[in-house]
Amino acid sequence: MSEPQGREAAWTEERATSDEGRRQAKAPRRRAAGSMSAGNPRLDMDRIIDDRRTRIIVCCGSGGVGKTTAAAAIGLRAAERGRQVCVLTVDPARRLAQSMGLTSLDNTPRLVEGVSDENGGSLHAMMLDMKRTFDEIVEAHADPARAAQILANPFYQSLSSSFAGTQEYMAMEKLGQLRRSDEWDLIVVDTPPSRSALDFLDAPERLGRFLDGRLIRVLASPVKAGRPVTRVLNVGFSMMTSALTKLLGAQVLRDAQTFISAFDTMFGGFRERAEATYRLLQAPGTSFLVVAAPEPDALREASYFVERLDEERMPLGGLILNRVHTLPAIRLSAARSLAAAETLEGIIPNGRGVPAEANDYSVTAAALRLHAEWMNLGEREQRVAGAFTSAHPAVPIAEVPALPVDVHDLAGLRRIGDSLALP
Amino acid sequence: MTTRDTDWDGVRLHVVTGKGGTGKTTVAGALALALAHGGRKVLLIETEGRQGIAQLFDRPPLPYGERKIAIGLGEPDDGRDPGGDVYALAIDPEGALLDYLHMFYNMRSAGIALTKLGLVDFATTIAPGLSDVLVTGKATEAARRKKSGRFVYDCVVLDAPPTGRIGRFLNVTAEVSGLAKVGPIRTHADTVANVIKSPQTAVHFVSTLEEMPVQETLDGIAELRGIAGMQVGGIVINMARPAVLSREELKASADVEGMARALASAGLHTTDTLAAALADELAEHARHVELQDRERSELEAAGPPIYELPMIAEGIDLAALHRLAAELRDQGAA
Repeated sequence: MSEPQGREAAWTEERATSDEGRRQAKAPRRRAAGSMSAGNPRLDMDRIIDDRRTRIIVCCGSGGVGKTTAAAAIGLRAAERGRQVCVLTVDPARRLAQSMGLTSLDNTPRLVEGVSDENGGSLHAMMLDMKRTFDEIVEAHADPARAAQILANPFYQSLSSSFAGTQEYMAMEKLGQLRRSDEWDLIVVDTPPSRSALDFLDAPERLGRFLDGRLIRVLASPVKAGRPVTRVLNVGFSMMTSALTKLLGAQVLRDAQTFISAFDTMFGGFRERAEATYRLLQAPGTSFLVVAAPEPDALREASYFVERLDEERMPLGGLILNRVHTLPAIRLSAARSLAAAETLEGIIPNGRGVPAEANDYSVTAAALRLHAEWMNLGEREQRVAGAFTSAHPAVPIAEVPALPVDVHDLAGLRRIGDSLALP
Repeated sequence: MTTRDTDWDGVRLHVVTGKGGTGKTTVAGALALALAHGGRKVLLIETEGRQGIAQLFDRPPLPYGERKIAIGLGEPDDGRDPGGDVYALAIDPEGALLDYLHMFYNMRSAGIALTKLGLVDFATTIAPGLSDVLVTGKATEAARRKKSGRFVYDCVVLDAPPTGRIGRFLNVTAEVSGLAKVGPIRTHADTVANVIKSPQTAVHFVSTLEEMPVQETLDGIAELRGIAGMQVGGIVINMARPAVLSREELKASADVEGMARALASAGLHTTDTLAAALADELAEHARHVELQDRERSELEAAGPPIYELPMIAEGIDLAALHRLAAELRDQGAA
């Protein structure tokens, strides 16, 4: 809406130019403002959110880098620029959730109050309840009696609430549902907390494979009267059951078998659903934003993820480098700063001058040491970021400065949104 | 802080948790180094399959097996203490399951065959608590392991999952009881729980002085205190930025002219702009220190002993790790 026609057309043209352009969203070759990612193009967030063809934004990255905050900030900015946005978040910090008016985990998108509707946009936010989402799939695909039987099964209960991968699967499932409902023209999703950013892409397939797999069918077969089991499977099966019984006890196995036979008709559906959502992520309307802090671990994960997106032909929007300690404005190197501090500290004990002057000296020396530390920290972050940028020179980057306090309100989210936009 | 006796003398299993991004693995590594003094043998275990320990100690990726990776800190001013040994082990559920099958049923080769069939994936899937039990089981086994009447390891440091998952990870009995009411895994879980819920085990929390990690730490401590028998260890504040001046000096606004004069006598130029910029940086620092103090007092109110490690601006290398280990030792954690 706020995007002028001419720019829109140029954008289409740019997109079509090359394979590279398709995979790594083109941003103007304007250089990043900070020196940290000087060689890489600057991520143009507004261009992504103003492009009406962008229908899904996925914020991914390893744990503790600020994915949820980034997702919320992007959602808010897009809404205030005229999009109908739904932010799907998985595990927000309590105060961040409160900042968006989310008080409970109820699996329903809620309108966020206090968002400017000047440009005709709106912001909804929801927290994922993975068990509820799983239950809904069961209820939608089985008759009431069978659904009740499945929901009461102890094996189902632990699978739906604690299997590693269920959360990712359900996040993708919910994303697919929101997208199909067509109530929002932009969905911003924040991926579940996990050590590895790749889990988000891998876990749904793992669950799909598990629920759909041969093993589970073999395991299910004895409770189905009259179905002949082939000899090969039979040998494998008795080996399996004996090992599983040893491990888990016979009760667990019986629960699993009851669950599997009740669930039987739904199995194929699970893999199909996972595949359908996966395809959605490969579609041009999706943009992945990789979030990382300027730390070696987080950037290494970001690197893996960027490479993986490329392999999967999934559209990468860019990298959000969060919590960056920007270098101080004055160009006084750490070495010179420390040298000056030492000089001042050498003067103080000589008792030169009046006490007031000695105080100035010690305060100034402390400030110089602080400055040197700051410079060292900034330079270290630059080095760490350099390892990423030299390997991925075409990935657009936005830097978000480290804030002394966490974000607890829309104003804080707006500030982060501002730092994501081009200066 | 002054040198004290070790705060965790009776503890054989140190579990280290923390919110993502707080430096949990670094602290676990430093703690292992600090504990390895006086010829003591310490095993450092990692559970999340990302080879963080190998990177931390600048070693090639660890195989599934216990390897010596470092020599611990000696006592200061005592040339007779050569330090101890730090061993490392990277556990993955698959290896732990094979170990378990081997140890209890002597069916290692069958186990390997079953792995090929996808059994491990399957077993850990249909019983979500299983992989946690196997991992904690391996850690408790190492902590109790004896050879000719003596403990093989003087203590074990476990780089555990993040704070959000720690309660579930450690509360193994509750986790498997929903599934396995009887059976060998249940028995195994009970044995593991006996070690974890005993004074031999302490759970340490790593936090930075920021709101979210502090909140998660407080929530995690409350959660563990709700589980009978579980011992909350210390809180390790990581990446703290020490105040460069006293709190009073920081409160007073800087005398920019005086600073400019001081800068001139240190031989610097453009001292007016420089002094103004430095005064701004000091003010920013004062604000940061105040926020840190607020978060620190929240942690102090929680009760456990607190250890504080400084931010190392240059990044963590082996030298920095030893520095952090020395801090932990000097503050009494080891």
